[in-house]
Amino acid sequence: MKRFLPIILVILAAGWALSGLRETPPADGFDLAAFGRLPVLVNGRIKPLDTVARTSLLILQGRQRVGDPAVPEPLVASPTEWLADLLFDPAKADQLPTFRISSSDAPELVALMGLTEDQLRIKYSDAALRTLAILDFLPSTRSRFSFAQIEPKLDELDRQARLAEPIEEQLRSPFQKQVIRLRDTLVLYQRLKHSLQAPDSPDFFNELDLFQKALPAGVEAVRAQQAGQPHDDAAFKAMIRLTERYDFMDKMGYLLAIPPAASEPNSLAWKTAGHALLDTFQTGRVDPQVIVYAALGHAWRTHQPVEFNEILRLDREQLATRYGPQLRKSDIEVRFNAAEPFYRCMVLYAIAFLLAICSWLFWPDLLGKSAFGLVGLAWLLATAGILTRMWLEGRPPVTNLYSSALFVGWGSVALCLLLEKIYRNAIGSVAAGMIGFITLLIAHHLSLSGDTLEMMRAVLDTNLWLATHVVVVTTGYAATFLAGFLALIYIVRGLFTKSLDQTTAASLARMVYGVVCFATLCSLVGTVLGGIWADQSWGRFWGWDPKENGALIIVIWNAIILHARWGGMVKQRGLMCLAVFGNVVTSWSWFGVNMLGVGLHSYGFMESAFWWLIAFVASQLAIIALANLPLEKWRSFCPKLEV
Amino acid sequence: MNDTVRQFRDFFVSLRLTVVLLTLSMLLIFAATLDQVNLGIGAVQAKWFHSLFVLWRLPHSDFTLPVFPGGYLLGAFLLANLIAAHVYRFQLSWKKCGIFLTHLGLVVLLLGEFFSGLLQQETRMEFREGEAKSYSESYDRNELAILNTTDPQFDTVVAVPESLLADGAAIQHPALPFRVITKAYYPNAAFAMRGAGKDEPASLATAGVGPQVVLTPLAQTYKQDERNTPAAFIELAGPEGSLGTWLVTPQLPAPQTFDYAGRTWRLALRPERTYRPFTLTLVKATHDVYPGTDIPKNFSSRLRLTTPDGRVDREVLIYMNNPLRFGGLTFYQQTMDSETNTSGLQVVHNPGWIMPYVACILMALGLVLQFGLHLLGFIGKRTAASAAKS
Repeated sequence: MKRFLPIILVILAAGWALSGLRETPPADGFDLAAFGRLPVLVNGRIKPLDTVARTSLLILQGRQRVGDPAVPEPLVASPTEWLADLLFDPAKADQLPTFRISSSDAPELVALMGLTEDQLRIKYSDAALRTLAILDFLPSTRSRFSFAQIEPKLDELDRQARLAEPIEEQLRSPFQKQVIRLRDTLVLYQRLKHSLQAPDSPDFFNELDLFQKALPAGVEAVRAQQAGQPHDDAAFKAMIRLTERYDFMDKMGYLLAIPPAASEPNSLAWKTAGHALLDTFQTGRVDPQVIVYAALGHAWRTHQPVEFNEILRLDREQLATRYGPQLRKSDIEVRFNAAEPFYRCMVLYAIAFLLAICSWLFWPDLLGKSAFGLVGLAWLLATAGILTRMWLEGRPPVTNLYSSALFVGWGSVALCLLLEKIYRNAIGSVAAGMIGFITLLIAHHLSLSGDTLEMMRAVLDTNLWLATHVVVVTTGYAATFLAGFLALIYIVRGLFTKSLDQTTAASLARMVYGVVCFATLCSLVGTVLGGIWADQSWGRFWGWDPKENGALIIVIWNAIILHARWGGMVKQRGLMCLAVFGNVVTSWSWFGVNMLGVGLHSYGFMESAFWWLIAFVASQLAIIALANLPLEKWRSFCPKLEV
Repeated sequence: MNDTVRQFRDFFVSLRLTVVLLTLSMLLIFAATLDQVNLGIGAVQAKWFHSLFVLWRLPHSDFTLPVFPGGYLLGAFLLANLIAAHVYRFQLSWKKCGIFLTHLGLVVLLLGEFFSGLLQQETRMEFREGEAKSYSESYDRNELAILNTTDPQFDTVVAVPESLLADGAAIQHPALPFRVITKAYYPNAAFAMRGAGKDEPASLATAGVGPQVVLTPLAQTYKQDERNTPAAFIELAGPEGSLGTWLVTPQLPAPQTFDYAGRTWRLALRPERTYRPFTLTLVKATHDVYPGTDIPKNFSSRLRLTTPDGRVDREVLIYMNNPLRFGGLTFYQQTMDSETNTSGLQVVHNPGWIMPYVACILMALGLVLQFGLHLLGFIGKRTAASAAKS
């Protein structure tokens, strides 16, 4: 029986990991899943409304769940439901707390927005929760607020943002940055509202109906007025008013939701609803897709799920005739969003890490195998996730900082699996669990800035070099990190436990050496490939750009480790210290250079990440200092261990 | 062999020296990268990499102290160490040949970077649609151009480098019937039209547009998206005395014209020009963005390339990641202004371009051999061990 336990565990975990693929039944009668699958064009690519809902919520409030801490249930069932409210029933969406203004991070902003003590304080109904809040285990103040709550101070916010704008981004104070960030999120929110209908219209469907009926007479009146002939002045003025109204909708609209007419050769010439309505003055007919959205809005507001679902079904049949492949992609993307493969991976890595650590203390075989199985499962899941992203984007795996975090984790874990397969001492699983978890956590924080499937800027728009240089260099990062984490395991186990015997120490040293060799190979080849890319594109092999320097520093550091070892300048312990410092070097090259805000490669300034980087570097330096404690202080010290 | 020579040899072939040099290089690169926040990429290269020592200027003085070995010095020592170690320990065997090839590649790479540093020139060409040019311009250096335009067939140009103006020297040139005297020079300045009634200082200029302009000196900028715009007041003096003082700056859209000694002259401070034996004409500039965004999808320039001898006359298309290579130069699409349809090309001359490729092939071969043999050995050992166990 005991033999089968790891297998059973892995099967159960696999079942849980795949459970996200199951369709959720339509809540409340509305088929929101089908609504979420509707394609729109945003940021240069066709994506489902589901993605728009999730990424918009991440930008607005840093998470996908819409809820209030005092209420256990979420206020809306899904991000898509929130988006439907915002698009069709903005008055309701305005009451939902979807703007993040944290009193701990941004007290000045809380004051600026005039949020009262009453609005801030969370009143837990449950006594146990109240106690937890007093003990600071639960938040006692709110950090998310509704549009209605901050609306009175919008003018002041706008004024402050205008004052902050002329200041260069790097030089802005935290308050100025927060003001601009909140203003930008409000702009996004308002633009979403104007995407499918005029938010002030009591019944947009009815408005379009009247517009269609009044159109012939109105157009006639405008023509006559322009020709200086007698005309119906009321009809003329009504047309002018509507033109202004739809022009405003066009300028504000965020979603390009209306596909081009069948006669349009450019299949990416999607329009805003406002733009399509302005076109009506030429075509004489309101675009059917605009009417579809208005009808959906009508059904949503008047709570008629049957009509809502039927309109969706008919609309999809219509869209499928022209946008079949895009719809299939959108469908897969919705499934991918719902399955949350990387979140599930993170959980699996964490469990595997704990199991592998425990395996050093008791049941080495059983726990070791279970951990190995879970790491393998998580790695397969991550592989599937990365492949799906590649297919959706039509790109090699690494295209931005977010995907580099995914790939560094993936590559490190792959190497760990290999090590574990060879050595079977759970060290590979511990390292895999740790690196997998941390890189996915980093990726999660990088995803808060919006859609991670971005379009590539022209300078990076080349699959050949993205597939070679970027992948090889990122693998080099992954291997250097892995060597560093293996060294961490050596130091922590040797210093704090008695479990580091001579065999384990020797095998760890071999692992670190082997991984450093691999890291040298990848980072050197990757850096040279990068130089060739630069020569091919820009006519120069090397320009001392910060990102180039970062890659070069990793190569040099790995070379230092190898030469120091070959020259006998370091033994086991020295090798470990050098490998840990490799973590510092790599994290600087990966993130530090982006914080300089100079150079062709920089991805933008990330302030909060900067403090995390400092903390990480400090922790690594502390470990190196600890490792240099005299050997008598090591708990695993044994006289024969020559380190 | 006597002791001194042996010590000398042991110093240069030691791995300890390698590690020290590599560590110093790493620190150099790290510090230079940080310094890019203060200095432009070009200034950083000159200060940190293309130098024997990194010099530090004592505050409030002209004294400089060498504080760190520069790129050239470290590179030279690395090269010496590399070559010495390999000559000393050379042996012909499969086991060593991977390492040897890798390091040979490294030697080529270091030499390549050294030659690039010496020989590589980056200039730019900027066109509006329909504009033709047969010269490229420097990014950071300017020249005072004095043109004698009397002959309708050709102009005679005397170009004075900006550095001479900065030194404030008086210049006498055989082609000029007057001396050129710099009365004032500013490495960076803004200019504005002189407004009435405001409290504005009097101008040094007495001729040309200078008297109508107010000049404000600015601190030099090193930001990547900003450029220094120098300005100078230039006095021209003939045998009979001063002809006047002109304000010159690259911000003026056109050269200033004056007549002297029966000839027509033009005067301009402009980016330093390198004339080329061909002409490029911008036919069409295209700037595509992704729908619904302002993310650039593609910049491209369609140009017509002609040479005076008439042997080359064709259209070329330059876009991101697809430069034109012609006459030993690489033309890369660098900037694109969609509002004015202005296309900016970077023109790079790098005669040592082949060396990194050779280095790359040598190193790749070497690394694959080295680590491949190691891995095979390791796998072989483990299989043998597990076979022995079972």
